[in-house]
Amino acid sequence: MRLKILNSGYGFGTKVLFAFIHAVSRRPVPDAAKLVFYRPDFYGAPMKEFTHEAMRGPSAWSVGDRELMAAFVSKMNECEFCIGAHTATAARAYHDEAKVSAVLSDLETASIEEPLRATLRMLRKLTREHAVNADDMRAVLAAGVSCEQIEDALAVGFAFNTTDRLADAFGFFVPGPKAFEAGAKFLLRRGYR
Amino acid sequence: MLIEDKKRMAYTAVVTRVLEGDGRASRAERRAAFENAGLAEPLRTLIDKVAKQPTRVTNEDVAAVKASGESEDQIFELVICAAIGQASRQYETALEALAEAVTDKKRSEHASEDPQ
Repeated sequence: MRLKILNSGYGFGTKVLFAFIHAVSRRPVPDAAKLVFYRPDFYGAPMKEFTHEAMRGPSAWSVGDRELMAAFVSKMNECEFCIGAHTATAARAYHDEAKVSAVLSDLETASIEEPLRATLRMLRKLTREHAVNADDMRAVLAAGVSCEQIEDALAVGFAFNTTDRLADAFGFFVPGPKAFEAGAKFLLRRGYR
Repeated sequence: MLIEDKKRMAYTAVVTRVLEGDGRASRAERRAAFENAGLAEPLRTLIDKVAKQPTRVTNEDVAAVKASGESEDQIFELVICAAIGQASRQYETALEALAEAVTDKKRSEHASEDPQ
């Protein structure tokens, strides 16, 4: 990572925890975890609370749908770390790797429900152009998506438009597929809190 | 409490903490990074990339800000503010667009119920 404090600026207790995680998982602590453990009072603690609510809190979208939105937003931002992490998590949540790769390679031809497709289109525009208008929202509502579902999708968008930027700005190390697989299991078992 | 209220409250807590709480960078500087406005070089380049082209951030961008006198803890805070700021403008613009679309929809539904 580009800041030394994010590699080695941790207190004794956190260092012990990292050593424990490393010993148990036999993998180094992922950079996404290091970020939220650094001075957690500033960013990590409140952001984990928000992200957990967005990704695992009550919603008409399944966990798989929300992980797919996270992967898709990350794809629009070209964020390698988050694409890897959330593609693996969405595939595992859905038990369907093909569905996730189909959406990421071509949203228009992927075999998914129309409400989900319309929502992803809106998130694509918001992520790429930084804005959407009332017509864009009418199109999503017309596809049968509820107002609450749109709000839930926007919360996922906020979480990953923030995280993707931090992953690339701080220079998260991008591990191999096995590490992402292990991360996906963890995120489905424990969530983001 | 409504689910959506819980999300909005958690969102507000994130934004309020980084802008108003204690930090190593001044509140004014954190606000400027959040808004991606009114910053001097070399910080301006780094913050603008975080907001608009995060994949283009380089080691040199960060090194230049350090050389200008910002500590790593200040850079940590300012980069976080920049990321949250951009994501928050997207989020709030989208929520406003949704509110507008929903209000119009309700208005036209009422109009069809009551043709006067």
